[in-house]
Amino acid sequence: MARSVTLGTRLGWTALAWAIGLAIFFPILWTILTSFKTEAAAIGPPQLFAFEWTTENYTEVQSRSPYFLHFMNSVIIALGSTLIALAIAIPAAWAMAFSPTKRTRGLLLWMLSTKMLPPVGVLIPIYLLFRNTGLLDTRIGLVIVLTLVNLPIIVWMLFTYFREIPGEILEAARMDGANLKAEIIHVLTPMALPGIASTLLLNVILAWNEAFWTLNLTAAKAAPLTAFIASYSSPEGLFYAKLSAASTMAIAPVLILGWFSQKQLVRGLTFGAVK
Amino acid sequence: MGSITLKNVAKRFDEVEVIPPLDLQINDGEFVVFVGPSGCGKSTLLRLIAGLEDVSGGTISLDGKDVTALPPSKRGLAMVFQSYALYPHMTVRKNIAFPLKMAGLEQSEIDKKVDGAARVLNLGDYIERRPGQLSGGQRQRVAIGRAIVREPSAFLFDEPLSNLDAALRGTMRLEIAELHQTLATTMIYVTHDQVEAMTMADRIVVLNRGVIEQVGSPLELYREPKSLFVAGFIGSPTMNMVTGSEAEKFGANTVGVRPEHLKLSTEGGQWNGTVGVSEHLGSDTFLHIDVEGVGLMTARADGEFPAHHGDRIGLTPDPERLHRFDGAGAAMR
Amino acid sequence: MATDHSRSTARLMVSPAVLLLLGWMIVPLVMTLYFSTLRYNLLSPGTESFVGFENYVYFLTDPAFFAAIANTLLLVGGVLFITVLGGILLALLLDKPIFGQGIVRILVIAPFFVMPTVSALVWKNMFMNPVNGLFAYAARAIGVQPFDFLAEAPLFSIIIIVAWQWLPFATLILLTAIQSLDGEQLEAAEMDGAPAFKRFWHIILPHLSRAITVVILIQTIFLLSIFAEILVTTNGGPGYASTNLTYLVYAQSLLQFDVGGGSAGGIVAVVLANIVAIFLMRLVGKNLDL
Repeated sequence: MARSVTLGTRLGWTALAWAIGLAIFFPILWTILTSFKTEAAAIGPPQLFAFEWTTENYTEVQSRSPYFLHFMNSVIIALGSTLIALAIAIPAAWAMAFSPTKRTRGLLLWMLSTKMLPPVGVLIPIYLLFRNTGLLDTRIGLVIVLTLVNLPIIVWMLFTYFREIPGEILEAARMDGANLKAEIIHVLTPMALPGIASTLLLNVILAWNEAFWTLNLTAAKAAPLTAFIASYSSPEGLFYAKLSAASTMAIAPVLILGWFSQKQLVRGLTFGAVK
Repeated sequence: MGSITLKNVAKRFDEVEVIPPLDLQINDGEFVVFVGPSGCGKSTLLRLIAGLEDVSGGTISLDGKDVTALPPSKRGLAMVFQSYALYPHMTVRKNIAFPLKMAGLEQSEIDKKVDGAARVLNLGDYIERRPGQLSGGQRQRVAIGRAIVREPSAFLFDEPLSNLDAALRGTMRLEIAELHQTLATTMIYVTHDQVEAMTMADRIVVLNRGVIEQVGSPLELYREPKSLFVAGFIGSPTMNMVTGSEAEKFGANTVGVRPEHLKLSTEGGQWNGTVGVSEHLGSDTFLHIDVEGVGLMTARADGEFPAHHGDRIGLTPDPERLHRFDGAGAAMR
Repeated sequence: MATDHSRSTARLMVSPAVLLLLGWMIVPLVMTLYFSTLRYNLLSPGTESFVGFENYVYFLTDPAFFAAIANTLLLVGGVLFITVLGGILLALLLDKPIFGQGIVRILVIAPFFVMPTVSALVWKNMFMNPVNGLFAYAARAIGVQPFDFLAEAPLFSIIIIVAWQWLPFATLILLTAIQSLDGEQLEAAEMDGAPAFKRFWHIILPHLSRAITVVILIQTIFLLSIFAEILVTTNGGPGYASTNLTYLVYAQSLLQFDVGGGSAGGIVAVVLANIVAIFLMRLVGKNLDL
């Protein structure tokens, strides 16, 4: 709109927006702050900033529990499942985007529908299968499950990104004398790379936060951070500050990544129904 | 060097025959324009020649060699796409160099040719920029540059000016025409704009639903359209078509006369009517007249003609410029 | 394009994904179906026997089942209500000209990226705990008895936690939709004399209807399977007060080791989800301009 809004109105809205934004963000802020308090201060009268700052919780969490192990489990499971899924999904999305057939649409919809399967529907067989094959409480087991769980979204996202590559550019490459290999290396891949990166980003986040399979299929050894944090649900003694420290470390990576992936979120989770 | 022969070339998409078998001969060095309304098959025909689509029947030969089964890269042709199809992740230089790189030329050779093309098209200032940073006209030139360096036996243009604004279109039209004069290479140009066709072509191929209605020089098509379709397509504003009893007076089913071949007079004429909308451009005047017994006709007068809405006016067609068409839409000579 | 990739190459490229997903769908699901017809408890292995539909009858007539269904509907409905309403309002707010819009967006989006176990435990302990939580302190500060959220209103508390997590999603989707609305439509309405609320009701809201539908359908799919939040806060209790269908099946399968009964429950959950999915697929299918 070319009309200018009065400064007063603008400040009014700004104040309201910031108030609500901070209110929504507050639990996260509070967690971060509490992580720097002593346990006594954590359950004492609430203080925003005026407390004795300490980093003892961070060191305690890491010394009292195999925090680093669980952190690495999260990394391996999230990255591993996403990378494997990408390896499977890229050719599939490629073929569907560039050589569509009458069945392509149905195929894509079917793939998306598998994501809507409630996990409890297959909890028992998977659990028993894993128990009998020794995959229970292993990172590999979880990587396999999360690969399958996120595969539909990854295929879908890659498909939409690939379709946005203008067909004319590929034709121009062909007219310029590029054979299939040259077309893929010099034109297709560089143009597809941003889409692949975006898909990777969103799905690493989704895998990091996954809290059904990670809770049910792991125990002490392969538990990622989701499951490890869950162990604070029946704690001993004072633990608010330690919980906060563990939580802050657990959510920090994804909070940062998440900031960059808003657009991908819309694309990946609304399946194109919202533009 | 760049002669193209199409024999019995046909194209089917599933069961729909988009182009029934046709023959066409394009001579070396000609500027041929494929023109027609949307969906007439002109782009399809171009893509068949390029090799981007396979023919459903017939043969395509370049300089006598049958290329029907050859992929696009091996036909020695270059294409300029409607959306320019530049590689967005490469600089202008790399864009133009790409075909040469695919051909396996030495880097020094490549640089020489790229610089040559850049000079011809005035690309020097932005040769290191990416397409995203260029304007429409600049991108257009880069696309042409990429085509030129291949030194193809023929250039194929697929509606290259449709995405430009009117002023730029005029300038680029001239540049492409000048390019043709400089390079003297065969050029096949697809457009739906008959003004582009008339101004640029050595010969025009008018297509209608996959069928070639007529092939000829611009003036041939203007003076002697062989069908109602061609008569109505070439020339702006459109030729006036008269049917019914007025047409029968001339012994035809339909009689056509161009707006510029109607003599206007305030003292009456062969046909008479009332002016509806009048358009005064200064250089020309266009009158849209409701003519008794005929219907709506458009007339053009040179310069400034003082007729306005509601005036009575008489029109007399130039008898030498009257076109007669029979019931099937074919011209009667 | 069609002239190049042969059909068989394309089929080859798609097959790993198709085969894996097919396997993932069919094999476990068939097994669940099979188990649901058995009387099979992990605590007494080797005594499995075929019982047909007995497990289903048992499961569907169990009062716990009715409680779980009711709770599931309440959970989904409650979260949807809060997130859709809140999402619309927040989206409208964020669309206004405000200073530092980028930062406010980050603040509002953040909860979605917090893992469910963290958010549930943070809310449970640091906010809702009747002794040490912030709400308790706030209550005492104004002289009111602190409310034991998770004991007295477990389902409501979980709704709050989950809604907090999903509000960003709804907001982001609706904000994207609002920003895709052609400003000229609103200007035309203004020239036609429509006041702000009428412009919202007659132009913005209909435009948002597609996005709202998407939000509702997609969130429903995920909300049916709320699990972690219940596990770490109330464990479905007190009693069955905060047990939803997912948790019920989990409890029966992995806590009571009743494979037969749990499997029946799992199938019921699948049927329920399918009904929702059919609607979602129709909506998405309409948009897949292939």
